[in-house]
Amino acid sequence: MSANNDTIGKTITVTVLLCVICSVVVSAAAVLLKPQQVANKELDRKSNILAAAGIDYQGKDVSELFDSQITTKYVDLRSGKYTAEVPAKYDARKAAKDPQQGVSLSKEMDIASIKYQAKIMPVYLVQQGESVDKVILPVHGYGLWSTLYGFLALEGDLNTVVGLGFYSHAETPGLGGEVDNPSWKALWPGKKVYQEGSVEPAIGLIKGSVDPAVPGAEHQIDGLSGATLTSVGVTNLVQFWMGKNGYAPFLANLKAGGA
Amino acid sequence: MSATKDILVNPIAKNNPIALQILGVCSALAVTSNLNTALVMTLAVMAVTAFSNLFVSLIRNHIPSNIRIICQMTIIASLVIVVDQILKAYAYDVSKQLSVFVGLIITNCIVMGRAEAFAMQNPPGVSFFDGLGNGLGYGAVLLFVGFFRELFGAGSLFGVEILPLITNGGWYQPNGLLLLPPSAFFLIGMFIWIIRTWDKSQVEKPEFELASNSKKEAA
Repeated sequence: MSANNDTIGKTITVTVLLCVICSVVVSAAAVLLKPQQVANKELDRKSNILAAAGIDYQGKDVSELFDSQITTKYVDLRSGKYTAEVPAKYDARKAAKDPQQGVSLSKEMDIASIKYQAKIMPVYLVQQGESVDKVILPVHGYGLWSTLYGFLALEGDLNTVVGLGFYSHAETPGLGGEVDNPSWKALWPGKKVYQEGSVEPAIGLIKGSVDPAVPGAEHQIDGLSGATLTSVGVTNLVQFWMGKNGYAPFLANLKAGGA
Repeated sequence: MSATKDILVNPIAKNNPIALQILGVCSALAVTSNLNTALVMTLAVMAVTAFSNLFVSLIRNHIPSNIRIICQMTIIASLVIVVDQILKAYAYDVSKQLSVFVGLIITNCIVMGRAEAFAMQNPPGVSFFDGLGNGLGYGAVLLFVGFFRELFGAGSLFGVEILPLITNGGWYQPNGLLLLPPSAFFLIGMFIWIIRTWDKSQVEKPEFELASNSKKEAA
C-alpha cells in the first residue's frame, strides 16, 4: 500500500467518492423497491382485515376480494358518526400524533397505554344489502414489549365477536407471540363484548382456562400461559377500544339505526 | 482452485466464526427460534459479508488507513440497507419477523472482522469467497441451533408440524425454554463441544495447570 493514501487530499477524495456512491446505491434501492413494499403492506393489511372478518382468502386475489366484500368508512370517534372529511391517504397512526388530527389521552383514559389517539378512525363494513353484516374495527395497545396492532370483528348485533387478529407486534415468540396462534384466536368467535344492557365492555382474558359453566363465561377468553403482561395488554386494548373513548359511541349510533 | 475451496469451506467447521472466534453470537441467539428466519438471516449475512469483502478489497489500495474502519462501515451499512429493502419488498412476512435484526447485521462482528482481517490484504475474488464462506459458517450454526429450537420448542420444522403439540390435540409438550434466546447459548455451547471433539486442534491450552498433590504422593 502506498503511503500517500493518508494525505488530506486523498482522504477527502476517498471519503466523498465512497459516500456519494453508497448514497446513490442506497437511495436507488429505496426508490426502486418502494412500490413493491407499499403494495406488500397494503396486501398485508387487507388480508388481516379479511382474516378478522372470517373470510377465507387463501388462494384468492386479496385485493379483488377486499374490494368486493368490504366497505371502508371513516368514523369520528367522539361523535360516533361517519365523517366524509378525510384527507387523502389518511393514516390513522400518523394522525394520532398530529396535534390537529389526534388527541393526547390522560392517564385514567389511557388504559391501553397508547398515549395518543386519532380523532378519526377507519372502520370496515361487510354489508349484506343495506344492513351491516359485520364490522371490523382497527385496535391497538401496548403489550409487554411492543404495541400490538390488530383488527377486532363484530357480528351485525355489534356485540358478538367474529374474530381478533394482530398484524403487527413484537411480543416474545412462543409466549406473548401466541396471540398469533390459530387455536387461541379460535377462542374469540362467539364471545360477547358487552353485558346485556350495559355499555361498559366486559370482555377480557382471564388467568388459566375458561370454565364454560361459570356465569359470564361468554365474556372470558383463556389467558396466554407464560404471558401475563401480554394478556393484560390484550384485555386493556380491547376494553379501551370497545369503551366510551373508543368505538362505543359509534356502535351505539349504528345500533340505533344510523351513524 | 483448491485454495478457493479451502477459503470457502474452512469457516464452516475448522475456523467457524461463531464456534472458534466467538463472533456474532448475539444475533445467533435472537433469530434462531425458527428455521425460516434462521435461513433468511443466513442468506442476508452471506450476501453482506461476501459483497462487503468484495468492495472493501476492490478499494483496499485506496483506503486511507486512518479512516479505514469508517470506510468499511459505510460500505457494510449501505449493503445492509439494500438487503433490508429487498427483503421488505420480496419477503415481507419474514422481514416482519426479523424486524430490527436485519439492520443489526451492520454491527455483526463477523462482517467487520472479515473486512478488516481478510479483505484489506487480499484480492477481490478470494475476499468474496472468504465472505461467502464465513457467511456459510455463521449460517451452519444458525441452522443447527434453529433446527433444535424449532423442533423441540414448537414441534415443527420450517413451520411444518413434525411433533403434534398437546395444544393442537397431539402428544408433544413443547419445551418453552427453547423458544427463549438463552436456550441458544446451550445449543451453541454444544455445537462448540461437538466441533472440538472432532477437531482437537481447536481446544485451547489451559491457562494454568493444577500442581499435583504432593502430600498425597508422599504418603
